[in-house]
Amino acid sequence: MLSLTDVHTYYGKSHILHGVSLEVAPGEVVGLLGRNGVGKSTTLKSVMGLAPPSSGRVTFEGRDITGLPPHRLARLGIAWVPEDRRIFRLLSVMENLRTGLDRRGVDDARRTRLLDKVYAAFPVLRDRRNQAGGTLSGGEQQMLAIARAMMLEPKIILLDEPTEGLMPRMVSQIREIVDMLHGEGVAILLVEQNVALTLTVSSRVYIMEKGVVRHQAPAAALRADQAVIHQYLGV
Amino acid sequence: MTRAPSHRGYWIGFGIVVGLLTIAPLVLPPFWRRFVTEILIWGLLAMSSDILIGYTGMVSFGHSAFFGLGMYGAAAALLTVKPPNLWLAIVYGLVGAGAVAVFVAYFSTRLREIYFGITTLVFSQIFYVIIFTWTDVTGGENGLTFSQPGLGLPGLGSVPFTPDRLHWFVLAVVTLSYLLLRRITQSPFGMVLQSIRENEPRTRAIGYAVERYKIVAVMLSGLFAGLAGVLYAIQNKFAAPDFVFFLVSGEVVIFNVMGGIGTLVGPIAGAAFFLLVREGLSRYFEYYLIPVGIIFVLMVIFLPQGFLGFLRRRLNQ
Amino acid sequence: MGIPVEQILVQTVNGLVNGMILALVASGLTLIFGIMDVVNFAHGDLVMLGGFVGAATIAATGNFWVALIVAALVVAVFGAALQMSTLRPLLGRDPLTTILATFGVSLVLQKYALWQWGPSARNLPEPITGRFDLFYLQYPWYRVATAILAGAMIGALWLFLKRGTYGIWIRATTQDRVMASAMGIPVPWVHTAVFAIGAAMAAASGVLFGPLGGVTQTMGADFTLRAFIVVVVGGMGNLGGSILAAIFISLLEAYAALVVSPAQAVIVSFVALILTLLFRPTGLFVPTPK
Repeated sequence: MLSLTDVHTYYGKSHILHGVSLEVAPGEVVGLLGRNGVGKSTTLKSVMGLAPPSSGRVTFEGRDITGLPPHRLARLGIAWVPEDRRIFRLLSVMENLRTGLDRRGVDDARRTRLLDKVYAAFPVLRDRRNQAGGTLSGGEQQMLAIARAMMLEPKIILLDEPTEGLMPRMVSQIREIVDMLHGEGVAILLVEQNVALTLTVSSRVYIMEKGVVRHQAPAAALRADQAVIHQYLGV
Repeated sequence: MTRAPSHRGYWIGFGIVVGLLTIAPLVLPPFWRRFVTEILIWGLLAMSSDILIGYTGMVSFGHSAFFGLGMYGAAAALLTVKPPNLWLAIVYGLVGAGAVAVFVAYFSTRLREIYFGITTLVFSQIFYVIIFTWTDVTGGENGLTFSQPGLGLPGLGSVPFTPDRLHWFVLAVVTLSYLLLRRITQSPFGMVLQSIRENEPRTRAIGYAVERYKIVAVMLSGLFAGLAGVLYAIQNKFAAPDFVFFLVSGEVVIFNVMGGIGTLVGPIAGAAFFLLVREGLSRYFEYYLIPVGIIFVLMVIFLPQGFLGFLRRRLNQ
Repeated sequence: MGIPVEQILVQTVNGLVNGMILALVASGLTLIFGIMDVVNFAHGDLVMLGGFVGAATIAATGNFWVALIVAALVVAVFGAALQMSTLRPLLGRDPLTTILATFGVSLVLQKYALWQWGPSARNLPEPITGRFDLFYLQYPWYRVATAILAGAMIGALWLFLKRGTYGIWIRATTQDRVMASAMGIPVPWVHTAVFAIGAAMAAASGVLFGPLGGVTQTMGADFTLRAFIVVVVGGMGNLGGSILAAIFISLLEAYAALVVSPAQAVIVSFVALILTLLFRPTGLFVPTPK
């Protein structure tokens, strides 16, 4: 459904991605691992039009989306949950959700359904729905960021380091959320530092090093392969 | 980084231009003679502004204040001290402009970019209002008129300025200023200024006392702008508040951008271009500023390096 | 002080009236700055343009209120076209370039107005004649109406921003343009719309100001300068701050005019700006960031 082919991306003069190729099938949860600075976040940004590739191609559902502006991609069904969450701090929780919910073609019934679904998954958001986004704790903001993405009813979510800065008990909450999304048929491209979590939720995993994909394998196979994990992720 | 080429070709070109400007008053009719002198004066003003905009990266709309105070300072000298003395006028004018520059320099270290720009604009307006309303001292709306001093050296007597002599005097002052500014911008000091423009935090991180450099840049810029004001006062024998209005600074910025910021020569060329166009077009179309303004906006969008930058890139290819 | 209380009270009213008009102009300017980091040097000239279009419409229809609406609409469309042609290409570039570009536009607008409408001032007729007794003066009802109208427009803007989808879009884009885009908000169009709204408000100010001070092509520079000062004192991008600052500065000037000439009273606003920049550069009416 989503595929990158030989994508090269620059930040100014720095050559960050040196020809990244990967694929995500509909409904699949795919992990993207690698040490800090190898270009994982940049890969997601290259898909999302935030760091447009200088060469290479990104296709989604058969159509070339390379370099399209982010708002077009959101409407096509690609949602981005950034590493630093980027909650609209001065908007209320409800207004944050509405940035994704207030779309054409969503009637009142569907709105209510979406909101109920999200409140069921994240009850704390219902409690705080009129509070400013900036007053939420780190974990709550992460939930809001994911809930906000869900408002777009996306076909794929680009999830960038959701467990970063979260307490360990929240990590299992993230796992449940990813499982829930997977259960609804949403594909996920998950960038993570937490190897264990990634291997648990993903069906396949790519490992990046220095701006390229160096290794790919089914998660099950990798779970057993400590040598590879050690080589590329050096823990 | 912009470095003017220091090879022989450059100096030959320079020599030719100065030579042409020297014989200009001998071959041109009176109106154009005066016109060329004025171009030189505005060119000096534009160059001074380039130090801030082109080299240090600080937008300033305050040059009308420096220019105006140089002008009124000279007026003060020529009106209060008899017989009118050229050098005193220059000193008074520089002191006046320098005083304003001190204030502006202080603010330059405290404020970023647009806030600095707005403040310089407000400074121009403060002086405009003071000059406009303090009629007793400054002549208010009508300004001040005074007589031209002679070109004299203490002890050697003085010789009155003819338009030719005035032109050569202005040419000498502007040429010396240009050479001096060129020297400064190409020195290590100038390099630091450019690095401030390109990346101020990094320059600071490397260890340079950015504030001090900015203060010196503002003082330099202010003094040369004031000098231009003195020359203008001497040439025209009047001082008027119109020149202190911030829109004049805006025009100077236009010269800079059109000619090419950060090149010193560019702003002079920009001034020349603009003034010539104004002369030429205003005969046919009174509202010549409309097409010129549109061209300016288009240049900002498509040719941000100005004519000179554009030519330079073309020549390099 | 030997100034009679009635004079002070009258100046208070005057200050409030002027402050509301200035607030209307400054709101547009601060909104534009907050969302796209553009310092619109031509903002005062949009006020001027509104005034002239309003004058022309009154001449054609005889109706002030129609002129107000027409001027706002025309200048809004013009503003949108302007933003799309000159400001969109400059997004992301050095802020100096937008200042220069809008300065160039300002120059063109002033000379265009001079060309089309000549150098003499246009005086718009008051739509509401009639005076009431304010202490020792016969005070025009129109001045009060102006303040109320300006307040109503600002209030409408406020409501628009706080409720409704488009208000959320504008506020989200102002806070984080990148994330807003990633949420499907068409950021380039939001920018254009906000510029158009700011232009419309400026134009409305011009028409409202018409009967009070006349419309000339040099009024733009004056409005731009005062709006800048208000926006900086109020905190750039801070809507509530600019409104308070506009009233505050206008009151100060009105009181100053009791002691010095009106031409000199403007120095008060300059001093306010400089003091703000020295001691509270984020704005006088902005809560200290924690």
